[in-house]
Amino acid sequence: MNQTISFFSGFNVNDFWFLGEAALRTLWISALSVTIGTVLGGFFGWMLYEGRLWATLTLAPVLDIFRSVPLIIQLVLFYNFAPIVGLDLDPFGSGTVILTIYTAALVANVARGGIEAVGKPMRRAARSLGMSYWQDMRYVVLPIGGRAVFPAWVGVALGVMKDSALVSVLGYVELLKASQILITRTQEPFLILSIAGAFYFALSFPISRYAAQLEKRWAQ
Amino acid sequence: MIEISGLEKYFGALQVLKGIDLNVQKGEVLSVIGASGSGKSTLLYCINGLEPIQKGSVVVDGTDVHAKGTDINKLRQKLGMVFQQWNSFPHLTALENVALAPRIVKGKSKAEAKEIAEKQLKHVGLEDKLNVFPNALSGGQQQRLAIARALAMEPTYMLFDEATSALDPELVGEVLDTMRLLAEEGMTMICVTHEMGFARDVSDRVAFFHKGVMEEIGPPAQIFGQAESENTRKFLANVR
Repeated sequence: MNQTISFFSGFNVNDFWFLGEAALRTLWISALSVTIGTVLGGFFGWMLYEGRLWATLTLAPVLDIFRSVPLIIQLVLFYNFAPIVGLDLDPFGSGTVILTIYTAALVANVARGGIEAVGKPMRRAARSLGMSYWQDMRYVVLPIGGRAVFPAWVGVALGVMKDSALVSVLGYVELLKASQILITRTQEPFLILSIAGAFYFALSFPISRYAAQLEKRWAQ
Repeated sequence: MIEISGLEKYFGALQVLKGIDLNVQKGEVLSVIGASGSGKSTLLYCINGLEPIQKGSVVVDGTDVHAKGTDINKLRQKLGMVFQQWNSFPHLTALENVALAPRIVKGKSKAEAKEIAEKQLKHVGLEDKLNVFPNALSGGQQQRLAIARALAMEPTYMLFDEATSALDPELVGEVLDTMRLLAEEGMTMICVTHEMGFARDVSDRVAFFHKGVMEEIGPPAQIFGQAESENTRKFLANVR
């Protein structure tokens, strides 16, 4: 009677689907955070640009903190201390909140740069035609400034998508966490990390290609 | 009618306009000449409210430009402005550049705005450039585009702020020709300019600015022929 219980088993097709599903979760948490973070960041960038005293005194330092403290520390701190103030969020919720604020902090500076890229003479020309402040913002500053900083924004978006791997420390099963689970079972880190890397590439590459195409179209 | 009285303007501690009194009648073409820094461009910015003023008043057709309750966006529709830097909107075609303000500011339909834009681009001789982006246009063409863009709002007055100063010499003529055309059509114009030929030939009156003061104003024959002010004569002797 020498039955053995095997703790390990090889990589199989189901594992591939498991990774694919996790890649979709990476995409989902990134898309959500980047979308909300961009809207928030655009708003923050506008406040920084308008340079009201309280924005410079309060908003700028807060954004600096979120940009400077490593994301992994922010995630762990928020996940563990948010419940103390009554915010009982699951790993996905906590991850989304932190990634969103992190994105917003990065986008705020991009957005401010975009507004600054549209010179005062251009904006005066728009206003001289009778456009209101907000019409000038919507029809002149947004398209011109937006195009100027679009490459920088794509960089932020792709960066956040890769950084979303850190949410794995909270236990959210996205691509990296799924890989770790599989590695533990199959003991094939090289194969699995290669596949995970390929998934990250498959998520980023179309975005950067599409962005490059857009830039080319705008440049003509 | 544009009525300017006792206008004073400071940039910080620096006073750039030191009490200007000036009326411009409908149909009149006024050229404003003077050295750089004499306050002539600032005067235009104060007329359409792009710069706040510290004292005096600017009244356009009975509306005080700088009064608190004035709808400045509505008033600016009467005051077309063309700048030294033409500031074409780079993301829009020539047609869209001109059609944008009529559409969003005046609420014209797309078709109406397009019609207006086509008409004004033809007016300035750009009818074959409708779907071209500004970076494919020369400086002179972009400045004419800027004129068409201002005209599309059907302004009563046109303010030109050194409209030809940033252009290569060979492109100045086409823009001046467009301005001449407008003058002939009876547009009321205030032209801050360094083009003495234009000031002499086209204007009804010429005003000479010196260090924030309007030194002298009168018909071109007077200013260019027998200027009363020593500063005017000196300036004109230098630019000729």
